[in-house]
Amino acid sequence: MDHEQVGRYRRIYVWEWPVRMYHWINAIAVILLIGTGYMIGNPQNTFYAAEAYQMYFFGTIRFVHFVCAFIFFFNFLVRIYWGFVGNRFSRWTNFITFRKAQWKEMWDILRVDIAQADPRMHHKIGHNSLAALVYFLSFLMFAFQSITGFAMYAANTTAMLPRMFTFIKPIMGGDFGVRQWHHAGMWFFILFTIVHVYLVFYHDYVEGRGTTSSMIGGWKFERKDILE
Amino acid sequence: MSKPNRPTMWEAMQNKGYSRRDFLQYCSAAAAAIGVGSSGLSDVIHAMETKARPPVVWLHFQECTCCSESFIRSSHPIVADVVLDYLSLDYSETLQAASGHQAEKCLWDTVNNYPGEYILLVEGSIPSKGDGAYCMIGGRSALSILEEAAAGAMAVIAWGSCASNGCVQSANPNPTGATSIDKLIDNPVIKVPGCPPIADVMTGVVTHVLLYGGPPELDNQGRPKEFYSRRVHDTCYRRPYYDAGLFVDSWDDENARKGYCLYKMGCRGPVTYNACSVTRWNEGTSYPIQSGHGCIGCSEEGFWDNGPFYQHLASFPGFGIESTADTIGTVLGIGTVAGVAAHAVTTNIRKRKLMKETMDESVQGARVKRDK
Ligand code: HEM
Ligand code: HEM
Ligand code: SF4
Ligand code: SF4
Repeated sequence: MDHEQVGRYRRIYVWEWPVRMYHWINAIAVILLIGTGYMIGNPQNTFYAAEAYQMYFFGTIRFVHFVCAFIFFFNFLVRIYWGFVGNRFSRWTNFITFRKAQWKEMWDILRVDIAQADPRMHHKIGHNSLAALVYFLSFLMFAFQSITGFAMYAANTTAMLPRMFTFIKPIMGGDFGVRQWHHAGMWFFILFTIVHVYLVFYHDYVEGRGTTSSMIGGWKFERKDILE
Repeated sequence: MSKPNRPTMWEAMQNKGYSRRDFLQYCSAAAAAIGVGSSGLSDVIHAMETKARPPVVWLHFQECTCCSESFIRSSHPIVADVVLDYLSLDYSETLQAASGHQAEKCLWDTVNNYPGEYILLVEGSIPSKGDGAYCMIGGRSALSILEEAAAGAMAVIAWGSCASNGCVQSANPNPTGATSIDKLIDNPVIKVPGCPPIADVMTGVVTHVLLYGGPPELDNQGRPKEFYSRRVHDTCYRRPYYDAGLFVDSWDDENARKGYCLYKMGCRGPVTYNACSVTRWNEGTSYPIQSGHGCIGCSEEGFWDNGPFYQHLASFPGFGIESTADTIGTVLGIGTVAGVAAHAVTTNIRKRKLMKETMDESVQGARVKRDK
């Protein structure tokens, strides 16, 4: 029995370093953006300054938000670029899930995730198609949050980049509407993060093929007998 | 029909008994109001001396007349005085002497005699429901008056939030279908939003049109950049408190007395483009925030629907007036965490057999081969 077990799994290099770098930069930036964004929308008084000149607390919170925002945005562009030059697991085509087989797979995943069916059915090695669809939607939200964020930011600067996004203002009914939507958008990121992190841990736990660490070292494991 | 010869502005002022000195003072005030530096002053003077003063028509539709009230309180007395005089307001229901058929005649005489020359100022929105029955003047619908008057106008200025964005009467559910004028006519419209707009902004804009015969530089929403390119927040004197994180928590707390920032009280300064904190109101006396009240965003589109005014976020439609996106987000967030926790528990119950099988599959007591 022992000897059969040896070599039953193969290592597959799934996430190249730019994808991993992108992922963790993104995760850290998003968490900081949620934290600082929440504080911008629900500010607390600084309790020990008596006069304004002694402090720059709220200004610093906003500054952190803006720095993270720029990192978040350019990092996102890097990922889009990598969707065209990266390996087959990170290609943009993975995120377009219109094929029938993909819908079938989504159904299977839903059965595993929600109805808790046996997870040992055959899944894709990279993102499963349900995950891919959700990531695709979240990329749209990345774009949404960037557009609304930069549109607001344009009021602080004469730089060109943010002004490219001010077209959204009349559509959303001015800065107030933009801020309102940007604020509501934060909740997508909060909910996404909770569910995403949980599902990563869950798949790692029930499938035992290194899902979590794949985003750290890049490797996933797959049974030899189901590999082509 | 006779077409009287229009005097230049300088001539008009002389007729009113103003001295050359008054005239030059006026020119510098006007130049300052429209933002040309002292280097451009001679152009202004030249224009005032040579250009015939254009006729002006001021129409009132669905409005409360606060724009007119504001206008006549312009802070540079000489600007207000002369602008009103030399504007030669041929038709303005509020300010004209004529009334009834006489007044109507004044209006259409100007429109017909000076095509392409007169400036059209519009205060108020236009009702689009009920075939325009909600606003009829002299037996005609607001829309038909506007269309005819706009056809030959040299420039069209939308006074106030009503004409620019629809203001209060277009607030949800907008029973009369109140519509801003730029959506109804083809002319380019200079929007001067505000409820009301600041008097000095109004005189500044109209002076610009009079002098240059065309609109000042506009932003992508049709507002003069000179006055609407900065937020109330950017030039607010309470801004240092904002940056420090010192906020008023309730209207009568110690922080309010100290004059801290009104951000948490729902101040719309950060999302409102207007010149209040620079120009101020009533001859530069004060502006809402200086008087202790947050900005309500009166120059922004749809500001009536972004309430409650004393709350940072608007209430979320359909969930009651107190609930914001955060209330709903928090409920969803707690729900998600609970769902995830429940899922984790059931996983360990339902997948017990599976986990056992995988454990069994695992290589028991595996060792790493030692080097020989
Ligand atoms: C995951 C991404 C992001 C999240 C969760 C997020 C969240 C938030 C939240 C909750 C607010 C407070 C809104 C309010 O005042 O009620 C905010 C404000 C803001 N965010 Fe973001 N944001 C994100 C990305 C961005 C990006 C990419 C930019 C681009 C520059 C940006 C720029 C801004 C600006 C300019 C403000 C307004 C700050 C102010 O009032 O001075 N944000 N954000
Ligand atoms: C600390 C918590 C996190 C862990 C452990 C984690 C782990 C992972 C793992 C293992 C994958 C690959 C999943 C697969 O094979 O399908 C992944 C993908 C992804 N994660 Fe996370 N993640 C975390 C936080 C976040 C956060 C905060 C975000 C941002 C909103 C995020 C956004 C994404 C995206 C967009 C992908 C798709 C990657 C791509 O192909 O570009 N993750 N994550
Ligand atoms: S635009 Fe608003 S402000 Fe002006 S008259 Fe109308 S109600 Fe009053
Ligand atoms: S009072 Fe209003 S406009 Fe002034 S700094 Fe505070 S938020 Fe900005």
